[in-house]
Amino acid sequence: MNKEDYKIYVEGRATKSKCAKNCIFAFLIGGTICVVGQFLKNLYIYLGVIEQNASTLASISLIVIAGLLTGLGIFDNIAKIAGAGTLVPITGFANAVVSPAIDTKSEGYIFGVGAKIFTIAGPVILYGIFSGVIYGVIYYFMGVL
Amino acid sequence: MGTFLDYLWAFLVGGALCVIAQILIDKTKITPARILVLYVCSGVVLTALGIYGPIAKFAGCGATVPLTGFGYAIAQGVEKAVDEFGLFGALTGGLTATSGGITTAIVLGYICSLIFSSKPKD
Repeated sequence: MNKEDYKIYVEGRATKSKCAKNCIFAFLIGGTICVVGQFLKNLYIYLGVIEQNASTLASISLIVIAGLLTGLGIFDNIAKIAGAGTLVPITGFANAVVSPAIDTKSEGYIFGVGAKIFTIAGPVILYGIFSGVIYGVIYYFMGVL
Repeated sequence: MGTFLDYLWAFLVGGALCVIAQILIDKTKITPARILVLYVCSGVVLTALGIYGPIAKFAGCGATVPLTGFGYAIAQGVEKAVDEFGLFGALTGGLTATSGGITTAIVLGYICSLIFSSKPKD
C-alpha cells in the first residue's frame, strides 16, 4: 500500500465513522423527541383531549418548543450534534420557519419576514399538498369505480 | 399515561426515520431542505399505499412527529374529506388536517421575528 492508497483508505474510514457517529446521534436525539411527543400526547389524552387532537397538539407543542429554542439560539447548537435527529421531526419544520423569519427582519416585515418565512416551509407545503390532491383524486375515483 | 411499549416503539421508529435521513445526507448530495420535501411526499405515498397507517398505529408519535407524519396527516385528511364531500374534498382535506401545525409555525415565526434578533453565526 503506497501513500496515496493509504490516504484514500484512511479518508474512507474517517467518513464511514463520521457517518456512523452522526447516525447514532440522529437516532438517539430523534427518538427522544418522538418520546417527548408521545409523552405530551398521552398527557393530553389524560387531560381529556380526544386522540386525534392529542396527536396534533403534541406536534404543535413540539413546534412551539423548537421555535422558542430557535429564537434563543439554542436550537442550532443541538442541531449541530443531532443532524437529522432534529431535522426530521416536526422540530425541523419549526426551525425552518422561525429561523429565516428572525434572520430576515432587517429586510423588512413584508418581503423580508413575510416572504422568507416560507423559504423552506413553502416547498414542504407545496409538494405535500400537491401530492395530497393527486392522492385525493385517485382515492375518489377508486371509490366511484 | 401510556405503556412502556408505547414509548419504546415511538423511540425506535422515530429514531430509525432520522437515521435514514442522516444516511441520505451523509452519503448523497440531498440537502436537508430536500429531505423535508422528500419525507412529506413519502408520507403521503406510504399512507396511500396503506403502509403508514399500520406503522402509525403502533409507533404513535414515532410515526406522527417525523415529517413523514405530516404527509400522513395530509393523506388522512384528504381521505376523510373525500369520504365526506366527494371530489371537492381532495382540495380541502390536506390543509384542513395540517392547519394546526402550519398556523402555529408561521404565527410563532412571526412573533419570534418581533422578539428575537439573529445571532451571529460562527
